[in-house]
Amino acid sequence: MTVEATKPGGARAEPPEGHVRLTIDGIEVDAPKGEILIRTCERLGIIVPRFCDHPLLDPAGACRQCLVEVEMGGRPMPKPQASCTMTVADGMVVKTQHTSPVADKAQQGVMELLLINHPLDCPICDKGGECPLQNQAMSSGRTDSRFVETKRTFPKPLPISSQVLLDRERCVLCQRCTRFSEQIAGDPFIDLLERGANQQIGTAEDKPFQSYFSGNTIQICPVGALTSAAYRFRSRPFDLRSTPSVCEHCSSGCAQRNDSRRGTVMRRLAGNDPEVNEEWNCDKGRFAFRYLQSKERITRPLVRDASGQLVEASWTEALRIAAQGLLAARAQRGIGVLAGGRLTVEDAYAYAKFARVAAGTHDVDFRARPHSAEELEFLATTLGTTPETGVSFAAVEAAPSVLTVGLDLEEEAGIVFLRIRKAVRKRGQKVFELGQWTTAGARKTKATLVRSVPGAEAAVLRELAAATDDAGKQLVDALSAPGAVILVGDRAAEVPGLHSAVAALATRTGAKVAWIPRRAGDRGALEAGAVPTLLPGGRPVGEAAARAEVERAWGLPAGSLPATPGRSTDEIVAAAAAGELSALVVGGVDPHDLADPAVALVALEKVGFLVSLELHASAVTERADVVLPVAPDAQREGSYLNWEGRRRPFGVTLDASGVLPDCRVLDTLAVEMDEDLFTQTPAAAAGELERLGRYTGSAAAPTAEPGPTPRPAQVGQAVLATWRQLVDQGSLLVDEPALAGTARPPRVRTNAATAERLGLVEGEAASVATDRGAITLQVELADLPDGVVWLPANSPGSAVRSTLGVGHGALVRVAPAGVLGGAR
Amino acid sequence: MSAPDTTPDTLTPVLTRRWSEERSWTLETYERTGGYRALRTALAAHPDQLITLVKDSGLRGRGGAGFPTGMKWSFMPQGAEGPGAKPKYLVVNADEGEPGTCKDIPTMMADPHSLIEGCIITSYAIRANFCAIYVRGEALHPIRRVRAAVAEAYAQGYLGKDVLGSGFDLDIVVHAGAGAYICGEETALLDSLEGRRGQPRLKPPFPATAGLYASPTVVNNVETIASVPFIVAGGSDWFRTMGSEKSPGPKIYSVSGHVERPGQYEAPMGTTLRTLLELAGGMKDGIPLKFWTPGGSSTPMFTAEHLDVPLDFEGAAGAGSMLGTTAVQVFNETVSVPWAVMKWTEFYKHESCGKCTPCREGTYWLVQILERMVHGEGTPEDVETMLDVCDNILGRSFCALGDGATSPITSAIKYFRQEFLDLIAEQPAVARPEQLADVERADGTELSGVSA
Repeated sequence: MTVEATKPGGARAEPPEGHVRLTIDGIEVDAPKGEILIRTCERLGIIVPRFCDHPLLDPAGACRQCLVEVEMGGRPMPKPQASCTMTVADGMVVKTQHTSPVADKAQQGVMELLLINHPLDCPICDKGGECPLQNQAMSSGRTDSRFVETKRTFPKPLPISSQVLLDRERCVLCQRCTRFSEQIAGDPFIDLLERGANQQIGTAEDKPFQSYFSGNTIQICPVGALTSAAYRFRSRPFDLRSTPSVCEHCSSGCAQRNDSRRGTVMRRLAGNDPEVNEEWNCDKGRFAFRYLQSKERITRPLVRDASGQLVEASWTEALRIAAQGLLAARAQRGIGVLAGGRLTVEDAYAYAKFARVAAGTHDVDFRARPHSAEELEFLATTLGTTPETGVSFAAVEAAPSVLTVGLDLEEEAGIVFLRIRKAVRKRGQKVFELGQWTTAGARKTKATLVRSVPGAEAAVLRELAAATDDAGKQLVDALSAPGAVILVGDRAAEVPGLHSAVAALATRTGAKVAWIPRRAGDRGALEAGAVPTLLPGGRPVGEAAARAEVERAWGLPAGSLPATPGRSTDEIVAAAAAGELSALVVGGVDPHDLADPAVALVALEKVGFLVSLELHASAVTERADVVLPVAPDAQREGSYLNWEGRRRPFGVTLDASGVLPDCRVLDTLAVEMDEDLFTQTPAAAAGELERLGRYTGSAAAPTAEPGPTPRPAQVGQAVLATWRQLVDQGSLLVDEPALAGTARPPRVRTNAATAERLGLVEGEAASVATDRGAITLQVELADLPDGVVWLPANSPGSAVRSTLGVGHGALVRVAPAGVLGGAR
Repeated sequence: MSAPDTTPDTLTPVLTRRWSEERSWTLETYERTGGYRALRTALAAHPDQLITLVKDSGLRGRGGAGFPTGMKWSFMPQGAEGPGAKPKYLVVNADEGEPGTCKDIPTMMADPHSLIEGCIITSYAIRANFCAIYVRGEALHPIRRVRAAVAEAYAQGYLGKDVLGSGFDLDIVVHAGAGAYICGEETALLDSLEGRRGQPRLKPPFPATAGLYASPTVVNNVETIASVPFIVAGGSDWFRTMGSEKSPGPKIYSVSGHVERPGQYEAPMGTTLRTLLELAGGMKDGIPLKFWTPGGSSTPMFTAEHLDVPLDFEGAAGAGSMLGTTAVQVFNETVSVPWAVMKWTEFYKHESCGKCTPCREGTYWLVQILERMVHGEGTPEDVETMLDVCDNILGRSFCALGDGATSPITSAIKYFRQEFLDLIAEQPAVARPEQLADVERADGTELSGVSA
């Protein structure tokens, strides 16, 4: 402990612990030890021009634009110093271009040199108008160039992937893109080639820039060298209207910026949110927004006419028909509500309330994917956390160790993957992945693979948690360290007993558990009560007091809410297919995502009355009696709850007249049914949910037993492992071929021994079949357990649930292509 | 040069004393002439004693920068814990590429075992068990020689496990570079050695903290390391009998160009060009000296006024240049300065690694100005533009390559500005690839357009 003595003459106290005191342009400033000089300048409002410097990348000192004069211990350093590589020191005296003619001339000199080989094509360059080179050439450059010689030229543009195009003439070789790819994404597909003035960014032959995060390089490129196929030459920065927004794709909830022009979103950029996505996003978040303009968009209500055709109708007519149909159904066998996982919190609340108030049922479920009752029990225990009380991005980054369960982070929550990679790279975080094979993401986070036969994860985890061997002890020790976290994906619901095993492991080790679902709306829908067992705020349906709270808040007669939980998605679908439900209200649900798409299609076909709230024509709208169009995120306001439980509000990007959010449509539909939801606007819905508050009781963790370990019973059989890839056939990825071109090629994976036993050859086609159908893909060997094959769940040529009717952990037949030709 | 009394004292050669032996590169010759005796002495000493010895000897790096070798060794963290616990490495910079420099390649050709013995002693001193010799890729023959010598040393028990029963283990790998001048820069060399793109690294951390594979590493030049066994054998006082207080020891001067007998001349540090010219038989054909480099093209050139500058670190610096690699390139009056400078600049442009803006773009620009000038299209502004571009490169680039690229230009304009201006004014109608000046021979006969 040091005692601060007041110095005579009123001298300033010593700099705080861990700080140094220096002078920049005559201003005395305290800076934390190790801070890079250019950052200290920034904090003082002194902007030193730069290109290669980026606060989230390791320093490079390559462009030399940020030279300043530095004096150490009273002695001026002989050369100007790069302020992006020099760390602050006590007593340092720094003179930037504002106070040092030497620094000013050095900067002007470097700028002149940078421009000698830079084409003067600003008038047609995408970056023109928002270009750091253009701007800094104005602020720190000469008015004219003395260069009269020949400029270096390259053919351009050079596509380095289907999405990213490279203009080597514009490149100033700052290496931000290569450093991002190597340091942040771990995808060093691009690197410097050649040397001297011929140095250029490039890819290896036949190895395109196939990174899920490639779009970030376009955004951080300080010149127009990297452009996207999707945006190139489409508009000028100064014609764009920028709106802060939130990504609708995964549960990370990245901040983003929507840039629109005349009613069309032209591009999306990663927003800067240090707490969540830092300055990055994934390519899906950046590029997958063309669905807004898809010709499949539904903009007018549709009703089925006497001839069975869907025809446009007025809102009044459509809502009347829908209300009549639903009222009739309610009076018969009832209504089921399938909300879907892509809803805002407000919409999910409206579905939850619509089900209880207008449909009079707890038969509501947001889970448009395989699920289980055990999962709901588990989720009830993770409810209500916030970044402060639960697990946050910061906590994941700070964690000494992380275990992922049923979760391929790079494919399912890319920004969490980037955080973990950062922690691995900077701090040596230990990552364990309970999965089947060393995926790209596992490799890039140096994860220890806890390998399991699909379906046997629960048993494997239980065995490890018993810590009888070294691997088990290692895992338990790592997770027992303070701050350790277990991240569970929504895929865990496909493995009986897995949630229970996770809960037991968490109890044993003290590790915090977070649920990272794949879809943006899942967490919010859970909190909003769009599940059969929980009312809004996590109140258990089975608890009278909890029901009473909700009844009071909603103005319902006491005891009007049913006391028994409703049916889950699978049960609703099965009931509808069996004629036990008279109507379905379906939000954004793709039946092909459900556990058994065939049954789901039958249900949609058979149910007496089907109301669909949709953006696009789909398998649901095809079969619907009434289709009510809803607003996409760009044309509405609302908020998501990301996996951390962090509220991610967003505003309207495009003109919202003529389109209605789900909560408004449901509100009006309920009014037609003579019920009031009070969810006319997202703000109203959010306000009510807020007032409802949270359940104060606690839920018990599930204690389900692991199921039997699936084992191939016959020759030619294997156990299927499957999950989705980031860029796949998802319905929000339509109409973006440049993005689709960067998808990982769909492959069937198996280990060498299994391939040999099954007669498969790497690089050749193999078929995976059930009695329903077969999927044929090229074989790629990977370190899967024996007797296991892996398929991408929803990639071109590999729609697993639709084609095979089974999923993760199922037994399938596998053979070289052709052999199983007659499977169907 | 015939009178014996004017023959300078060549000293008893040290570094080059075996070069004229029969099959000098063999282990047999090496051992017969006292080789590997210093190693035995060294292995009997404590490593710290060796570091102190080399510190006391005043040996300075022979690769150009002249950093005190013993001090560099002492920067290596030692001890069983912390940074000292990491493996430590010795890397020998044999990527000799500075224009005019040819001292390391003949050393490796004629006396590879002196390098290897130096490597073993140095590795023992800094407690490294792995040593890499990074040889310029184009130098195939020396690579084979050194590899053969390493194999001989292994066979004889000088390398491998338990060197000479001392308990000390050492492996040496001879690594061939891929042909880039920048890989002579120590951190670029380390990246290249690791299999990466050869570009200089950000310092700090310095190699002594995080060098090869991010472990403590000493990077030394061939001549530096080859000097070590002689210091161990002769002692620091003996070493200091040669050269000056601050630049002691013998040095191999690579004398090339317009001299009667170009070659390697070993002499004490501080030897002047006047002496070296005498050793090399004087100017070729008696044509007078016009300009010369004291230590390769990256060191500012000298003229005939600098004949008596002592060629050691202080002497060269005092006269406005640098000792560099003691590559003394001598040019007579037939050579056009702008033409020579253009050729050098073409080299730097070709070899600029491209990492930083000033060097990459500056050399690209300077070459074009010089080529235009030499082809008769110079403008009066060009000289000032070149000086200013050089000013924007010097001290602004990432490593010393950019600085070195400006030396020939700025020094040439300093001493021969009028020749540049005359060339611009002359505007020769026909491009002359080699701008040879018309000169008079010492004997008065006219000499025109003769290429040396």
